Amino acid sequence: MKNHGSRSIYQTRLLVHRLGIALSVLAMAIGICFLLWILVTLVLNGASALNLALFIESTPSPGSEGGGLLNAIFGSLMMVFVSTAISTPVGILAGIYLAEYGEESLFAQVTRFVIDIMLSAPSIVIGLFVYAIYVAQAKHFSGWAGSFALALIALPIVVRTTDNMLALVPTALREAAYALGAPRWKVALMIRLRAVKAGVLTGILLAVARIAGETAPLLFTALNNQFFSANMNQPMANLPVVIFQFAMSPYDNWRQLAWGGALLVTFGVLGLNILSRSIFKKEHQG
Amino acid sequence: MNKLQFMSVDSLPYAVPPAVRWQRWLDFMFHKVTFGFALLAFLVLAGILVSLMIGAWPAFREFGFAFVTTVEWDPVNDRYGALIAIVGTLLTSFIALLIAFPVSFGIALFLTEICPVWLRRPMGTAIELLAGVPSIIYGMWGLFVFAPLFADHVQPLLVKTLGQVPGIGKLFAGPMMGIGILTAGIILAIMIIPFISSVMRDVFEVVPPVLKESAYALGCTKWEVVRKIVLPFTRNGVIGGVMLGLGRALGETMAITFVIGNANKLSWSLFAAGNSIASTLANEFAEADSPLHVSSLFALGLILFVITFIVLATSKLMLLKMARKEGLK
Repeated sequence: MKNHGSRSIYQTRLLVHRLGIALSVLAMAIGICFLLWILVTLVLNGASALNLALFIESTPSPGSEGGGLLNAIFGSLMMVFVSTAISTPVGILAGIYLAEYGEESLFAQVTRFVIDIMLSAPSIVIGLFVYAIYVAQAKHFSGWAGSFALALIALPIVVRTTDNMLALVPTALREAAYALGAPRWKVALMIRLRAVKAGVLTGILLAVARIAGETAPLLFTALNNQFFSANMNQPMANLPVVIFQFAMSPYDNWRQLAWGGALLVTFGVLGLNILSRSIFKKEHQG
Repeated sequence: MNKLQFMSVDSLPYAVPPAVRWQRWLDFMFHKVTFGFALLAFLVLAGILVSLMIGAWPAFREFGFAFVTTVEWDPVNDRYGALIAIVGTLLTSFIALLIAFPVSFGIALFLTEICPVWLRRPMGTAIELLAGVPSIIYGMWGLFVFAPLFADHVQPLLVKTLGQVPGIGKLFAGPMMGIGILTAGIILAIMIIPFISSVMRDVFEVVPPVLKESAYALGCTKWEVVRKIVLPFTRNGVIGGVMLGLGRALGETMAITFVIGNANKLSWSLFAAGNSIASTLANEFAEADSPLHVSSLFALGLILFVITFIVLATSKLMLLKMARKEGLK
């Protein structure tokens, strides 16, 4: 007769197996639950702040009622635009060098290594760097400094995706172009890069999504501005820093605006993530 | 090689048409320009190190190596030591890893071995979206939603159970505020889970099917295949993923700033408020007036950068090792 004392090896193994699988499913459920929990929190708290005033009025002064986030939304868009405009051409050209000329050379290997580390380097340290070389020299915080910091964060993402994508282009395609007498720069830009433009676009969108929510490097580069300003040489309002200040404030109105801003940023960023994935998927299935 | 081509244009035996000459010049320029941009990425990293060192120099000259081992952080009297921030950074990251590693392993296992194929893509995307949520959102959610629940329900439970165990009991004691080192560690764990699990998933997928099938043919259960075939085969990759998560956790700023409590003191209790390097920088840098204060903050930044650099470099080397193994199989 079987009892607990002499459970067969087979049963024990089966039990361990079932336990392992159950824990694995549990882990997955934990991950999904936290994502949903955060999204639901944002919608519940932020939905009531979503009204027209949020988009057409600037941030209110401490303790006053009403107001919106116009200056912050505009500032964020400006800085993300400028930093993307800097990091995209630089990143793509650097990526082309790595794939086209660098290949497996020592310089290319070391550069890839360094860029991979920059990819995960603490963003607040990038802020310190820009403060040291720009803000401390210019003696004032500015939108340019913020854009520059964001560009440094976006750059490694663009370089690595470009490099990785270019490596996927079949050699035969390039050889065919060379056989027709095309010079190397034309083959690189008009054949090889064009073949993977969806992949590169994915990288750019992911970079935009990453920098749109970055707060730490802006704290001491762009700082913040209570008023609407389109002057990139002045401190510039931006959504993440406004959310940070307002959320930590004692005023209910400010906190409400912070939740509204948080809802905007999160759904914007997650939307970009999903968009970039679908572009990539569409291009690489056909 | 390209340079040679360009230089030898004039010595070619036949006349080179101007159009070709022009294209070759463009080729030459293209090579140099793209090289310049690749070099730029390199120089930025060197620039970060150098600028941090210059910024940190006055603090290290004033306090010497004792800066790292001094507890006191006192802007009023202009005396600074980094120990509280360093301990806070390492402790929160360690707690985060302790939680994130098993959960990430479970998720990677689920996505590669258990999940039905049609569900893999949406499930994988959902986990990756967790990485897309901006850090500041984790902070707000942590402070306003998670911390109150944690203080009301989880912390009393921890005090009743783990708090009674001799030895580690004092880690789980003290006022239950909801914010503090432990909360920061848990929020960090949620933030790094997608990074660790995505690396693990990638390396699990490169295990040759033949290896797994042989084990199944011997009668192994799925759990045994994962535990005894997949995990040993991908060991370097798994370590690389964990180190990547650690690197992310060490430098995380905004979420920590919200929930760590920002108190410059050391305490045995994990419930107590503390400070990390990144949160100290975020809170104090823009308001720092005295040159020594600014310099001490730069020194903190330098310490953080060096630690994360070492951790991330280790991660990268481990993943390279894994990739080589894949190439050799």
